[in-house]
Amino acid sequence: MSHAAAPKTTTGIPNGKLGMWIFLASEIMLFGSLISSYIVLAMGSPTFGRPDTALLGKPLATINTFVLITSSVTMVMALASIQRNNVKALLGWMGATSFLGLGFLGIKAFEYHHKIAEGITITSSLFGSFYYTLTGLHGLHMLGGLAFNAYIAIKAMRGAYSADHYERVEYAALYWHFVDLVWVILFPLFYLV
Amino acid sequence: MEQQHAAHHPSVKGYLLVFVALGILTGLTVALSYLPISHHVGIALAIAIATTKCALIATFFMHLKTENRGITYTVLVGLFLVIVLIGAMIPDVGIVQK
Amino acid sequence: MTNHDTHELPFWRKYIFSLDHKVIGLQYLFTAMVFLLIGFAFVIIMRWQLAYPGTKIPLIGGWLGDSFAPGGIMLPEFYNQLGAMHGTIMVFLGIVPLGVGFYGNYFLPLQIGAPDMAFPRLNLASYWLYLPGGLLMLSSFMMPGGAAQSGWTSYPPLSVIAPSGQTMWLLSMVVIITSSLLGSINFIVTTINMRAPGLTWFRLPIFVWSQFITAILLLFAFPVLEGGALLQLLDRVIHTSFYLPAGLVISGVQMTNGGGGSALLYQHLFWFLAHPEVYVLILPAMGVVAEIIATNTRKPLFGYKTVVAAIIFLGALSFVVWAHHMFLSGMKTSLARIFMTTTMVISLPSVAILSCLVFSLWGSSIRFSVPMMFALAFLPLFGIGGLTGLPLGLLPTDIYLHDTYYVIGHFHYVVVTGTLVALMGGIYYWFPKMFGRRMNEGWGKVHFWGTVITMNGIFFPMFIQGMAGVQRRLYDFNAQAHNLLTTTAPAIGKMSLSELQYICAIALLIFQIPFLINIFYSLFKGPKTEENPWKATTLEWDCPSPPPHGNFTHELKVVRGPYEYSVPGDKTDWSPQSEGGR
Repeated sequence: MSHAAAPKTTTGIPNGKLGMWIFLASEIMLFGSLISSYIVLAMGSPTFGRPDTALLGKPLATINTFVLITSSVTMVMALASIQRNNVKALLGWMGATSFLGLGFLGIKAFEYHHKIAEGITITSSLFGSFYYTLTGLHGLHMLGGLAFNAYIAIKAMRGAYSADHYERVEYAALYWHFVDLVWVILFPLFYLV
Repeated sequence: MEQQHAAHHPSVKGYLLVFVALGILTGLTVALSYLPISHHVGIALAIAIATTKCALIATFFMHLKTENRGITYTVLVGLFLVIVLIGAMIPDVGIVQK
Repeated sequence: MTNHDTHELPFWRKYIFSLDHKVIGLQYLFTAMVFLLIGFAFVIIMRWQLAYPGTKIPLIGGWLGDSFAPGGIMLPEFYNQLGAMHGTIMVFLGIVPLGVGFYGNYFLPLQIGAPDMAFPRLNLASYWLYLPGGLLMLSSFMMPGGAAQSGWTSYPPLSVIAPSGQTMWLLSMVVIITSSLLGSINFIVTTINMRAPGLTWFRLPIFVWSQFITAILLLFAFPVLEGGALLQLLDRVIHTSFYLPAGLVISGVQMTNGGGGSALLYQHLFWFLAHPEVYVLILPAMGVVAEIIATNTRKPLFGYKTVVAAIIFLGALSFVVWAHHMFLSGMKTSLARIFMTTTMVISLPSVAILSCLVFSLWGSSIRFSVPMMFALAFLPLFGIGGLTGLPLGLLPTDIYLHDTYYVIGHFHYVVVTGTLVALMGGIYYWFPKMFGRRMNEGWGKVHFWGTVITMNGIFFPMFIQGMAGVQRRLYDFNAQAHNLLTTTAPAIGKMSLSELQYICAIALLIFQIPFLINIFYSLFKGPKTEENPWKATTLEWDCPSPPPHGNFTHELKVVRGPYEYSVPGDKTDWSPQSEGGR
């Protein structure tokens, strides 16, 4: 084994992994507060302004959901690759993940453009306000995830990871899955109910 | 760093099965949204399906199945608090005022 | 464990951008003290206005400028700005950075036998978000229209139409919240994962438990306010209507926003954080008091497991009581009744903790050191604070007391005569550990008596004023005729209650001078002390004073609980936690 062992922790869970999960718990609360606000106002506001289903662009959003779920699969394959010491496969799967992530954001941008043309803007209705705020925040988190992935890829190309030492890859994967998970909730919230 | 045990990693086949399940559930939830079912039933079903998808991602992709239970409990605390928040806000914000 | 030879680090990396939790802790200490003084200065100016309404502010009146105090006489807008900023600064930039940023950062790793925090760089980031966030907050005074002036609570619709200082407040809060969240992650992972061998959960000092639960509260509660603040920011800057109902008419002008929103939504999101926040304010102080009492009574703390269970229960319940701050908001009474019930229940663990601390004194050999005097004063004063909370938590009495000075009296008793008194005591207690020198006992006693007496002089009259119906956040009591008797009318000889409060505030400020001089003088010239001058058992005393980089110079193996004092059969009256400890 060429690399020094990570410091021993009281629980056996590496500090970084525990830290990432604790961070994700706080993110649950952040998205949770905004989603809660959406839900209660959607229920109780006299002028919520939910557009007609036809204007929402369900088919495109459905495709986008598949894109993001697929990117989660490629991400988990990336992790599996480095756990089997295959750096090249790690890079390939990470590349696919980020490519799909960019695809998601591209489709989102197209959606935004289309909706604005249809008159659904951030101030046109409460629905619009929540839609852009929540999907925008989600998109910003995706950008963060893409940056994290890029960092992992660069480090991987410099030989930083192996089957004995791949912790940060796992943390990037956890974060990416979480961002996917948030979309799994936002998708039916905005488009289906 | 012998804290990760290679033997516990789910197989590639397992991941693909979860992928297929997620795909089916996504298709299902979209299909249901086109059916003429009552609004409340629709919401209940959408919640059920979204919860299942989240559980699959968390359990298998994020490896909660093999992690220390404390992490799962931490996540559940967060979810519980969000539900408390929604529940408490409904009487004040979630009911249409006359 | 990082092995930087600190002698080789340049000044800016050793003291400004240090990764060492002790240096970062001290940065928090000194920055928090400055913010506390600034917040105190604001309220002293407010106290002048309340004691002598409409008169020229002495000394500094001429410097304030026409937008705040033309001719040296305070404008109502300026009063509101001072009030909102006093609350915000004291809570978010003063007490929490002191109780958590300083105390937690410095002593949590030491008490669990760790060489540093789990994530030193995250720790650095936390501090360097706190300071700019605080400065951003202060800079709001320079915005056109002045600083935030909608209370520390920032309720819409007022906060949405307020001048641009409010936007700065919201942006600063986002920065400060981020700082806090990074810190929480650090504290939680450190406590779970970096305990010395043998240090099981039920051997942890109460201080560590209190910091751990505090970090959990911050982790789950703050993001909700972050979301709420984001929505208010959007309402202000982009003119969304998350919090604004349709058809609002303000000062005769119809609002043009889209409408459909709810002002109560904000209140729920705000108080979801702000209630756990008050436990964030008190728990570190309870932890400090527990440590001081154990060491200075030479016996184990009474009811260790009860205290731990109570702290956990308190933390859990703190998430389901928030709407007792909203009883008069127009919220549904069915909901209010639920929150009233949970609020009554949450008083139980609070009483349990206080009782155990009091019972710890029974049959003990009390050392009346300066820290112990502060810890002893904490007990009845926090008791008053807690008891006065009960009529506020009960809906029928809160109808009368809400938004009166009674509320202000209640929370200042818990936070100032409670938390701040405890934290001051902690500085005297841990000063030898941090700097290897002792503070002057005599001046410490002067500081103690002066502080405790003047604090009571400021805050006790508030209960009288509140019960008489004096409303809070009012620039001029004289506007309310029936308040005349309790505020500007002579109450003690020729002096009104407000004047008494003003004089005590000035006196309180003056009594901090010996404290500050004591700290800075003793830092350099105080009598040197050994590693463990108090003969205390917890791990932080088992390393040099001050601790070097990496903290411990020998392997630690914890073999007993944290408060093994006066164990029958032992040679000395204390047994350190770690095997072979001195």
